[in-house]
Amino acid sequence: MTEDIILGPLPLWAEIVTGVFAVIGAAFAAIGSFGLVRLPTFFRRIHAPTLGATVGVWSLTIATIVYFSVQAHSLFLHAILIAVFVALTAPVTTIFLVRAALFRARTTDIGQKKVPPPSTSRRDNEAPPA
Amino acid sequence: MTPVLFWALRLALLLLAVAMLCALYRLLAGPAAQDRITALDCLYINGMLMMLVLGINYSSNVYFEAAMLIALFGFVASTSLAKFLLRGEVIE
Repeated sequence: MTEDIILGPLPLWAEIVTGVFAVIGAAFAAIGSFGLVRLPTFFRRIHAPTLGATVGVWSLTIATIVYFSVQAHSLFLHAILIAVFVALTAPVTTIFLVRAALFRARTTDIGQKKVPPPSTSRRDNEAPPA
Repeated sequence: MTPVLFWALRLALLLLAVAMLCALYRLLAGPAAQDRITALDCLYINGMLMMLVLGINYSSNVYFEAAMLIALFGFVASTSLAKFLLRGEVIE
């Protein structure tokens, strides 16, 4: 926690940097989510939210770091934890989801039928779950 | 807080609200289950970003910890749902 410091006005450059990075991050998150609505198939839609998970999270992390560092007169680096955690976990989720979608598209009628056939050297072509 | 940062944070909150509404539309209307899970993933990331913006707005670190908890539980939820779609059960 920041202690009971006097919350004086921040210098103008810090407020401008914070505001610009906050708006950039929110705009990228909005563009990514709009792509989720707009794109036609699942395998295209899965690409869109990564925009918010990369540029959005990092921009808002920079905004948080700048604001709290200038406010408390000490370096506030805890926010990097969130960005690193999201950078590590978002690809894992995406890989799981795409594998599940590919599996379902091959074995059921749900989803698209125009997916490439399973490779013979990989373990993608297992029996469907009982 | 000068009007620059005030209105920048309001604009950021508005954009994140629009993003959450887009994700909510896909969550409710997605044709397949994987679309809904993708939308849920996007929704919790947008909510986490909104927590960060609110933390800047109120100059409070509590929102930051809430954002970290949302990131943790959201990852667990999305991964276990995707695992369920892939295998039919979460832990085998």
